[in-house]
Amino acid sequence: MRLISPEAYAKTIVASVQEYSLLCARAVANIFSRPRYMADIFTQMDSIGVGSLPIVVLTGFFTGCVLALQAAVSLKEFGAVNMTGELVTLSMVKELGPVLTGLMVSGRNASGMASELGSMKVSEQIDAMRALGTDPTRKLVTPRLVATVFMLFFLTIISDACGIAGGAFVSVTLLKLNAATFFHTGYMSLQHGDVIEGLVKPIFSGFIIATVGCYYGLKTTGGTRGVGKSTTQAVVASSVIIILVDFLVTQAMIGLFGR
Amino acid sequence: MAEAVQSPEMEEFLASGSPVVEFDNVSIGFEGHEVLSNVSFTVAHGETRVLLGPAGGGKSVLMKLANGLVDPDSGEIRVFGRSLRKMTQKEMFEMRAHVGMVFQESALFDSLNVEDNVAYRLVEERVDPKEIRERVLEALRFVELEQVIDKFPSELSGGMRRRVSIARAIISKPDLILYDSPTGGLDPITSTTIMELVIKQRDVSHTTCLLITHRLQDAFTLATHRFNPQAKRVESIPDKGIDPSTKFLVLNEGHIVFDGTTLELTHTKDPWLREYME
Repeated sequence: MRLISPEAYAKTIVASVQEYSLLCARAVANIFSRPRYMADIFTQMDSIGVGSLPIVVLTGFFTGCVLALQAAVSLKEFGAVNMTGELVTLSMVKELGPVLTGLMVSGRNASGMASELGSMKVSEQIDAMRALGTDPTRKLVTPRLVATVFMLFFLTIISDACGIAGGAFVSVTLLKLNAATFFHTGYMSLQHGDVIEGLVKPIFSGFIIATVGCYYGLKTTGGTRGVGKSTTQAVVASSVIIILVDFLVTQAMIGLFGR
Repeated sequence: MAEAVQSPEMEEFLASGSPVVEFDNVSIGFEGHEVLSNVSFTVAHGETRVLLGPAGGGKSVLMKLANGLVDPDSGEIRVFGRSLRKMTQKEMFEMRAHVGMVFQESALFDSLNVEDNVAYRLVEERVDPKEIRERVLEALRFVELEQVIDKFPSELSGGMRRRVSIARAIISKPDLILYDSPTGGLDPITSTTIMELVIKQRDVSHTTCLLITHRLQDAFTLATHRFNPQAKRVESIPDKGIDPSTKFLVLNEGHIVFDGTTLELTHTKDPWLREYME
């Protein structure tokens, strides 16, 4: 195995960050200039949004179920089992809904984008696109970015709703709690800041999923093996960055709203 | 295909007699390995320049440099009289509208059918859909593949994919065509069909072109054959004639080892070239 000097390694990382930043800047700038590929945006919305719906619904629902079960065990010790609704709702809306949806969509779509664009790159289709006078960033990256940010926002809301429904289902059927109490305590616990926090996070996650997925796809080299490598790297990097950014956004929101 | 419709600026440039492609001391390397070293040559208007040389000699990189798909480490490349280095990204895309390119592995968009692949550039240029259909049919008729218009690239043979790629490159009636090993990996019969298309395109449209090939027989077919519009077929130039617009450039390990006409190549005294040709 060839060893790389620390200096060369540091330079590679800096160059990658620079390339990624330039790609993000170009992808965002393209939104504000023509030509816009509206048909591609709608195709991606269907693929990313509608296509991810089943996994988001199932993940959200069962997370809510588990959360209710686990919360009830702890809350019972304090005689506060009626607070299950509050705990499930707050957890889903502020944290689990956005993060889990981001991670699930990342696993499904960042990998999809990296492998699709990576295959295009190694088969010279990206070069052909440029040779035919089309900017690949405008045609491939910007529609995916717009579609992911837009659809992840709504997928998160659906995930939150499914999670709360899952928590209610377990609370009513297994914990024998009152459904009205569950929903009432949950609803009363939410404040504007909580909802805003839960809705800001998917915007960041959507941006990360699309740009990281496309970045790894477009820098693919080395044939089919390279495509596999890019796909793995895209999922790992986007998942880690989503959690990191989630921490930063949470910190910022606590600073803003005080909770 | 009909004669190219050129913009006034392009007509003016082509009439000026300046070279269409100009490489001036161009060098490029990847990961510390020099691929092209101080390469200089020109391609005149209407010329067919055949790039020969062993595999790994930097021919495909040179082709991508000519279309601005990769940037050189040093030196100057001028296409249609304009330096690629000084062009903005927008200008680069505008320049590419005058260039058709056939890739080594065809590089057809696998999610689009043949019609959409061939029509791609016209759709991007927002040409009227009725006109697009007509021009796609015309381009496919030129490569004799009208019958596969609804098929996807995965349903075509290697030779058919290469022909569709040629149709995609010529549909916009470019002023320069870059062929990157159009016969690479094909059987001799299909290779002959492809070379006949290249000759037909050269003699019908008189488009400037740069062509990479590993097969010497393809290169000499280009130099010794012509398209007969009456008989609608490719035939040998009578009296052992040679096409004057076909010239050669031989690359070896990133250096130009030959730049000249067919006769100069066949009468070369250079031992390496003689061995290569034999």
